[in-house]
Amino acid sequence: MTDIVGKRFWFFVASGIIILFSIISLASFGLKPGIELSSGSMLTVSFEQTVVKSDLKEELASAGYPGALVQQTGEGGFLIRTEELSGGDKTALEDTLQDRFGAVTESEFYSVSPMVASETARNAGIAIGVAAVGILLYITWAFRRMPNPFRYGTCALIALGHDTLVALGVFAVLGGMFGWEINLMFITGILAVVGYSVNNTVVVFDRIRENLSREVSADFKTVVNNSLAETLSRSLNTSLTTLFVILAMLLFVGASIQNFAVVMLIGVIAGTFSSVCIAPNLLVVWEEGKWSNLFKRNPQPAAEAKES
Amino acid sequence: MTRKNRTPLIIIGILFTLALLVVVPIDRGVLGQKGVRLGLDLQGGIHLVYEADLSQIEPGDESGIIDGVIDVLANRINPLGVTEPVIQKLGENRIAVELPGLSITDKEKERLSSTAILEFGELAADDEEAKWENELGRWKPAAAEIDGKETVLSSALFRENTYVSQDNFGRIQLVFEWNKEGSKLSEVITTRLLNQRLGIFEGDDTLRSENDNRPIAPVVNNVITDSGVITGLSIDEALTLSKQLNAGRIPVPLTVVYEQTVSPILGADFVDMSFKAGLIGLILVMVFMMIYYRIPGALASGALMFYAVSVLAIFKLIPVTLTLAGIGGFVLSIGMAVDANVLIFERMKEELRLGRPLASAIETGFSRAWPAIRDSNITTFIVCGILYWLGSSIIASAPVMGFAATLAIGVAISMFSAVVVTRTFLRTFAGTRLAQRSSLFRVYSGKEND
Repeated sequence: MTDIVGKRFWFFVASGIIILFSIISLASFGLKPGIELSSGSMLTVSFEQTVVKSDLKEELASAGYPGALVQQTGEGGFLIRTEELSGGDKTALEDTLQDRFGAVTESEFYSVSPMVASETARNAGIAIGVAAVGILLYITWAFRRMPNPFRYGTCALIALGHDTLVALGVFAVLGGMFGWEINLMFITGILAVVGYSVNNTVVVFDRIRENLSREVSADFKTVVNNSLAETLSRSLNTSLTTLFVILAMLLFVGASIQNFAVVMLIGVIAGTFSSVCIAPNLLVVWEEGKWSNLFKRNPQPAAEAKES
Repeated sequence: MTRKNRTPLIIIGILFTLALLVVVPIDRGVLGQKGVRLGLDLQGGIHLVYEADLSQIEPGDESGIIDGVIDVLANRINPLGVTEPVIQKLGENRIAVELPGLSITDKEKERLSSTAILEFGELAADDEEAKWENELGRWKPAAAEIDGKETVLSSALFRENTYVSQDNFGRIQLVFEWNKEGSKLSEVITTRLLNQRLGIFEGDDTLRSENDNRPIAPVVNNVITDSGVITGLSIDEALTLSKQLNAGRIPVPLTVVYEQTVSPILGADFVDMSFKAGLIGLILVMVFMMIYYRIPGALASGALMFYAVSVLAIFKLIPVTLTLAGIGGFVLSIGMAVDANVLIFERMKEELRLGRPLASAIETGFSRAWPAIRDSNITTFIVCGILYWLGSSIIASAPVMGFAATLAIGVAISMFSAVVVTRTFLRTFAGTRLAQRSSLFRVYSGKEND
């Protein structure tokens, strides 16, 4: 029979490695905030003539924007990111580009002032914090009839932190290598992952609650493992159907929603892993009061699980 | 079909038909103009947030000033012919303007919020700083001291009764009158600039003639005190300008603190692409459910179609403004909507394995799965609530709020569709002869552990 609790050591190690990787990539690449969170302007233009990216960069530098980031978005299309441009600055810049490269069509312009950006960043931070506290309180309340409801909430929250950290780590790498930014779509995606991952964890915990009330004699480890085995195909199937739609979004909608879709993709995979392999196992360790044994290999549980 | 199931089935059928009628308009497709209301990022348009500089305003007057600015903005926007413009106050000193579907030049955009739409200038001496430059030379604002205050000659001093007419040669002219302060100032300035050119500028640009594209900068022939005319503009430009000059004066400087401009063409692509993504996601999920869960999966797929159509109908009825993120939320909810079904089917299979007859396995499956469905979806609602708050507290609110709204509606309908629609389908099926073949339920898939 499926033995997840018995192999918890390996899951903690795997999780530890992934988190270590995330922290290292965060430390080495850092996160690149988008203009919604750090202010600036983003101009999407297309040229009728063929324009080479390096020429465009050069022209921007000589027009007074040496720090401008340029990204090719498709045939003749470019995304230019600069510090905040006023209406007049933008017109002047477009005139300059027109003089050099011929007809320019502006398809999108997005500009955020430093004050608006800092408000957005602050409130996004608050929202994530409130979400974490709200979920902790809710789970503690939902499992209030259990002996230690707070432990359920905390374990769910740790699993959540794990998922968020993994998503941040991957985005640090994507930011370092391809210039991906942390924007509002990313924050929305992170909060959606928060909801999704806890949703999974609650289903598992719910089963533990139900089984505990029935199997009074069995020890906690066995009950948790049985509950995991019983909910495993549900956890995997729901994740699969969610992954299907996320992949469809990534393939067909593309660049403009990619931040959101990729966060969700990572979040759903990490969330499934953490709600099956991390949160319940943490609960087992905590309920058995063996925090010191978190990473110690204990041959006993595996043997017991095999017997059952 | 048992009598017990007939009524719910009929109700579901009626609801589905109604939803379908709401969603599919006769004239356009599911997400067309007459379909679900689309946000700025999908239909194109302009979203601007201005911040008013209230530092020169006496405390206590701020709110009245902002209301006045909103009126003027509305008057200036009206001539542009936007179908559903939104102009609203945000917090103490900000004004949000949303102009869906509109595409205007930067100059027109600037004109909306400028305190003085037109400014007059005189040629600057070589050692003086110039504000404008054109083929006629370098220009500085024409200013003089009035009542002990240095004042610039601009359209801020026009009376709000400008109009467009034709002169004796049939040329279009914009006629204006100076207000009291304006006439004093104009007298001083035109006396000084007699036989020199008076330049006219809009923002950073020179006002130019329609015919030869030369700057409109008439030579001052006599002292102007009461009124004047500007000739050389095209009829359309003169008319718009006149309306906007008459819209009133914006008394405080406005700065743009947030701007999002999307071309309408770009938005249309997004709609097509995300619709395709949703449809393909839906098909993938249905195929998976049918392969894995057989008959219940097929019934759940039917419920999923009910789900997708009802959610779109609700989006349209409320109406929810769909943004790209909102569509993302909807597509995502298709994948998550089957979750309640999966929970129920897994439970049902367990009951069948224990040897229960189908009908009772269905009922037990539903009642056992319910606490998990309820508790787990509450977390999603909590997150949606927080996202909605986040959206309402920031300026770039559309993506966040759109996502929260679509996901919350999606989850709510998915619970209904699993608990009511799938259950009714299953009960109905349990009454048929096909239900005797347990292989259709794939009870013994996976682990045979019991």
